[in-house]
Amino acid sequence: MAYERTLQAMTWADAGHMAPELILIAMMAVLIMLDLLLPRRVDRSLIGWLSLASLLGSFVSVVWRIQHQADQSLASEALGLLNDNYRIDDFGAMFKLLLLTAAALIVLWSLGAMKQGSSGQLVHQGEYYYLMLPATAGAMLMTSTGDLITLYTGLELLSISTYVLVGLRARRALTAQAASSEEKVSAKPAEAAFKYVVTGGISSAFILFGMSYLYGLTGSTHVGEIGSSLPQAVESFRGLIYLAFFFMAAGFGIKIAAAPFHAWAPDVYEGAPTPVSAFLAVVSKTAAAVALFRLFYNVVFPESLSNGSTIGHDLFRAVLAVAACAMIVGTLSALRQHNMKRLLALSGVANAGYLIAPIGLSFYGVHSNNAAELFFYAAAYLCMNIGAFAVLSIVAGSRRDADGSVQLRSFEGLYHRAPWTAGAMIIFVLSLAGLPISGGFFGKLFVMMGAASSHAYWLVAIMAGTSVISYYVYFGIVRQMFMRSSGDEPVHVPAASGIVVWLCAAATLVLGVYPNGLLHWFEHVFSVVGDLLILR
Amino acid sequence: MTIDWPILSFLVFSPLLGAVVLLALPSQRMRLLRWTAVIATLLPLVLAIMLYIDYDPSKSGTAYDEQSTWISIPLDKAAVGGEADFDLHFDYSLSLDGLSLPLVLLTTIVASMAAIASITIRKRWKLYYFWLLVLECGMLGVFLARDLLLFFIFFEITLIPMLFLVGIWGLFDRERAAIRFLLYNGLGSAIMLIVFVILVVTAGFTLEQTAAGVAHFGYSGSYDVIAANLADPQAYANQLSQAGENPFYLSGTMQTVLFVLLLIAFGIKLPIVPFHTWMLDVHKEAPAPVVMIHSGILLKMGAYGLIRFGFFLFPEQADKCSTLLAILGLINLLYGAVIAFRQKELRLVLAYSSLSHMGIVLLGLSALNVIGLQGAVFQLISHGLISALLFLLLGAFYERTGTTKLDELGGLARTMPFMSGALLAAGLASLGLPGLSGFVGELLSLLGVFDSHKAIASIAVLGIILTAIYVLRAVMGVSFGSMQPRFESVHDARFIEALPVVVLLALVVLLGIYPSFVTEQLHHSFDSMLEQLNLRVGG
Repeated sequence: MAYERTLQAMTWADAGHMAPELILIAMMAVLIMLDLLLPRRVDRSLIGWLSLASLLGSFVSVVWRIQHQADQSLASEALGLLNDNYRIDDFGAMFKLLLLTAAALIVLWSLGAMKQGSSGQLVHQGEYYYLMLPATAGAMLMTSTGDLITLYTGLELLSISTYVLVGLRARRALTAQAASSEEKVSAKPAEAAFKYVVTGGISSAFILFGMSYLYGLTGSTHVGEIGSSLPQAVESFRGLIYLAFFFMAAGFGIKIAAAPFHAWAPDVYEGAPTPVSAFLAVVSKTAAAVALFRLFYNVVFPESLSNGSTIGHDLFRAVLAVAACAMIVGTLSALRQHNMKRLLALSGVANAGYLIAPIGLSFYGVHSNNAAELFFYAAAYLCMNIGAFAVLSIVAGSRRDADGSVQLRSFEGLYHRAPWTAGAMIIFVLSLAGLPISGGFFGKLFVMMGAASSHAYWLVAIMAGTSVISYYVYFGIVRQMFMRSSGDEPVHVPAASGIVVWLCAAATLVLGVYPNGLLHWFEHVFSVVGDLLILR
Repeated sequence: MTIDWPILSFLVFSPLLGAVVLLALPSQRMRLLRWTAVIATLLPLVLAIMLYIDYDPSKSGTAYDEQSTWISIPLDKAAVGGEADFDLHFDYSLSLDGLSLPLVLLTTIVASMAAIASITIRKRWKLYYFWLLVLECGMLGVFLARDLLLFFIFFEITLIPMLFLVGIWGLFDRERAAIRFLLYNGLGSAIMLIVFVILVVTAGFTLEQTAAGVAHFGYSGSYDVIAANLADPQAYANQLSQAGENPFYLSGTMQTVLFVLLLIAFGIKLPIVPFHTWMLDVHKEAPAPVVMIHSGILLKMGAYGLIRFGFFLFPEQADKCSTLLAILGLINLLYGAVIAFRQKELRLVLAYSSLSHMGIVLLGLSALNVIGLQGAVFQLISHGLISALLFLLLGAFYERTGTTKLDELGGLARTMPFMSGALLAAGLASLGLPGLSGFVGELLSLLGVFDSHKAIASIAVLGIILTAIYVLRAVMGVSFGSMQPRFESVHDARFIEALPVVVLLALVVLLGIYPSFVTEQLHHSFDSMLEQLNLRVGG
């Protein structure tokens, strides 16, 4: 019975609704052909620009759909395609906008970064650009899932594309005059890719294993049906259900890089090309958090409302514990980190805590805007993280250490070498540290308010405490940029990278001065009942 | 009232105007940058003076209120159920009362004088003045904001400029001092944020019936709303429903916890003794004009926050803890005085003297009566002026002699009669000579304490004697005694240096002989709090 539902033919109308994802997939196919057919001498930036265009096209079609639904006053009506396997709703759409924005910014910045000296250039530029598309499509798929199988498909599409992206090598490692130290460098991407494949595989296995238990216990892969039949299943299979969820949580924990499942992140981020690190940090992480959010609110939340529920509350508590653990571990281990990429990876671990905290803050009393908290934090995180990584790559283009890595001290005297870039970096640092006036401040504040109104005061204290500790980490960068001097010549800032840095900085500032705009829009479009819950 | 335009916003953001202009100027034109910055600090000064003249204590300044919705986040209605309207609300809200007004004026005066005194800054002027003006904006905002979130943001805005000002233009160990400053104050702010967040989701809860009969729920960050809810025994925050379930209930224990957290948060800024080490570093490493602002105003923000949020919101808890506060104040006073006596470095003498004087503020607050509270605020103003003056002079001495060690300085009265004279006058004001402003603050505070904690007050008098000893030791050591031959050729103050000295000294004298200049404005500021106290504790 379940198969009949899952395997349904797709109609043209369905294809219209899935246009944002289909555009990306179709363009990928076109670009693969183009990359093969174009002669070698043609600059592969062309493919980059085309990727950018298709991301923007997809963005427009998502916006058009949101608008279209609002016009027809269908704001609370969600569509379930392919028998509810695939949900077209505003919850997914809003997050798709974020993911597409992130991917577009990363591609634009890559276009600049690849021009910046030989060090930033990848051997397979064509592949690099067109693989961004399926990775993004996979992430979008994850935000729209109504069924565990769709979720898994999206997850794998994202993961497999990024496995390749992480392993792409920089050109200079291949040059004939590569010194012995450089050869060591060339091992890094391979190491990173291998680690990523292995941990990614384990995480997929965990998730799949957990899913299989859920299916076995409830007889369905559909998220809504699992949710409605879970309370009965709990009565007889309590232990197995815990097991199922903890396997899935561990799997998603690895994808989100939340402590204690984060050990892979610093190594992989360090070895991967910088834009790919940013992609992992923003797109992968957000998509996994969003998928987990939807899953929890459809499967766990109904159970937590029923009388005498234990599992629901336990699971929410477990998520909060992971969030707290991620904040503490991420912040503390960043304290002694001097390698900038690893530092940002660890900062991403701490931020993962904030991303998943809204999932664990169940409705308590009058707290109901978890989705808005997640959305705002994801938006702020996108701006500050991509911005910070882009600044890092600008710095890397001018100066790096003997072993090819970007250290904290590479930022020495940046204010004198590139004042505007240093100015933008201050904004990112403020945002990362959660200080006003920046998007990060309000992002953290809203999550804190949520925790407080759910009476999770202990989490509020942990958030505040780790923020203070993180000042030391982030202001170490400011110290290098402004309080040290270096006699180096000015840093060359590629136009595209500069644009990305300043777009991110401006967005961070706007979110910090007037968070109302984005939140109002989100709350206007989104409603918990219409868009998030898949009732059966 | 003659002012019908949003003067408070103009006041708060006028320094930023200067900051923006500065950014547009070329960074090598030192003279131009300097004058622009000085003029930019005069603008808020003029506005503050206008306010001071215009302010009428009997109306408590509500005429200047500025309020508009800044952030209003609709929360999901469907989840709450029914047609109820539900939102999270933060206002852009500025207001003025007798407590804020003198501090605002103090801020603008000290900032102007610091900008003039910044003549001793030798590098990267553009960035320096930029941060100085941003700092002034933050400080003014702190004293005027009447929304918890807005207050917090202004409070945090002062951190970043200070970090740069200390970290770039400071002395040898500047970076460590800057980071230490950031971490300690960041910790204080984090604790404050915890309290604020909890307050907003409990005492900030409001329920109104709108005209259409629809219930409107909301969380509000407005200071007035929270203060009213905490004071109202019928409010949600103060009662438990029959079922014993009320997510907005703030129990007595919880209120005490919040008060103690606030005491720690602002105690770090003030600073109260175990939390004072960061402030010594700043005094030691920061350039003199920055210390003028730091010692003159930033420390006062701690006291102001404690009064505004600790005492006004939780008068009952303040009363419970008043003995503790008095003891803390006494420790500050005596510890600071004794250690100041042992210092060999003029900067540190003055730093510990600040600590000691903040003890008097705490003592005055712990009295919880009008005289004591007025004395505490007066002491804030007076110490702000005196310490700004002292550090201004210290900067001038340091510029000429290159040292602030007491055993190297000496006999400077011969070559620098004007400066030494001013130093003597400032020292006398600091030790509380009648006729100068320091005396009034100490007298009022101690009078207040005598009413409530007699034993502690009598010990505190000892502190006054100690103050006289260490101040005179330091001042005399600098002005008289034998002079090192290398100081023979130093010259006395230039006009541009003498100007702020004269202005500050004149104000110190003015407040000393005519204290009602400040106390008159303070008149009704404590009424509502003391009323609350009488109501709940019964006198």
